[in-house]
Amino acid sequence: MVRLVTHNLLACHAKDCNTNNFPLVFQNVQLEIREAEFNSDFIRNFLPKIEWNALVKTAYELGDTSLPQDQPEMVDDEFLKNLHHVLFEIHIIEGGMVCPNCKHNYPISDGIPNMLLAEHEIA
Amino acid sequence: MIPTPDLSHLTSEDYALTYEPAEDTFLFLDALESDVEDLKNSRPLICLEIGSGSGCVSSFIGQILGPSVLYLCTDINPHACRCSQSTGKQNKVSLECVNTSFASPLMSRLRHQVDVVLFNPPYVPTEYEEAHIAQQAKSISGAWAGGYDGMQVTNTFLETVKDLLSDKGRFYLVALKQNNIPEIQRRMLDEHNLESEVVLQRRAGREHLFILRFTIKKKVITS
Ligand SMILES: C[S@@+](CC[C@H](N)C(=O)[O-])C[C@H]1O[C@@H](n2cnc3c(N)ncnc32)[C@H](O)[C@@H]1O
Ligand SMILES: [Zn+2]
Repeated sequence: MVRLVTHNLLACHAKDCNTNNFPLVFQNVQLEIREAEFNSDFIRNFLPKIEWNALVKTAYELGDTSLPQDQPEMVDDEFLKNLHHVLFEIHIIEGGMVCPNCKHNYPISDGIPNMLLAEHEIA
Repeated sequence: MIPTPDLSHLTSEDYALTYEPAEDTFLFLDALESDVEDLKNSRPLICLEIGSGSGCVSSFIGQILGPSVLYLCTDINPHACRCSQSTGKQNKVSLECVNTSFASPLMSRLRHQVDVVLFNPPYVPTEYEEAHIAQQAKSISGAWAGGYDGMQVTNTFLETVKDLLSDKGRFYLVALKQNNIPEIQRRMLDEHNLESEVVLQRRAGREHLFILRFTIKKKVITS
């Protein structure tokens, strides 16, 4: 499943691609919104694991502008609800993710990201 | 008793392409069940299964630990990823499936972040070439072909697992007697400072299976 929570954890891993290889940029994507149960404890705990700039940038590119550019110091319920939606309810079903550095395209089909590399591309 | 995940949605066509849960899988579930209190008390946030196959193991631990954990699954076999995804859905556990070798594209972001790592690897001793070709083919043969000592594929992961584990992280591994369990345990301690215990072992037909649990060895400060 490619939700933004997963996307926020994936970097390009092609041989010699070590800088500017995150976040991958979505291309030609088909989205689906699926409701997920709101779990405020989990989101609070998960917040420190998130690369905030990458998440906000990616959400904007997908047309969701509900998150502030800077992570707020005070975490309120409305913020958590928006974050919940961005992380867990936007599903990328088809399309691709392109490395900003080496331009490798990782296809997504049926909601599964194909991060496989050919033998000569493996570090 | 925690019920075995519902796999009734998977068909013989699925099992032609994806590893069907077998004795090793079930021993793995039993080992996790026997650790259930410790697992819960460690309050994990991120769980990562390498080689999730049918998705049976991740769905099981997902039922134990509940929705306050992120469950990531990887497999080199794309069919396995699809099965894992559908098994998660069938059992109401959200599994994030990624088609990749080991945890490669996750390594930089998950450095020392993973609380539970699970791996039931291809552990059957085969020719080097057979394992190598199976890894290239990314088909069902990659589910068992383990190369020299059955450790060719597992060893690659053992070199990197330490980088994934959080301070309180635990890593569960399925292994076969022929894989040389004492040697694995000694090597992981000497080279990676991971101490280990045999959680369970069982003879199933010709296979003598073990479940190992690795944790980071804490430094003892003596004054
Ligand atoms: C013995 S099966 C275990 C499947 C499932 N976890 C279970 O316990 O029933 C091993 C799985 O590892 C996968 N695998 C083999 N090599 C891998 C690699 N390099 N990276 C990720 N997965 C791999 C296989 O495709 C297969 O699904
Ligand atoms: Zn790249």
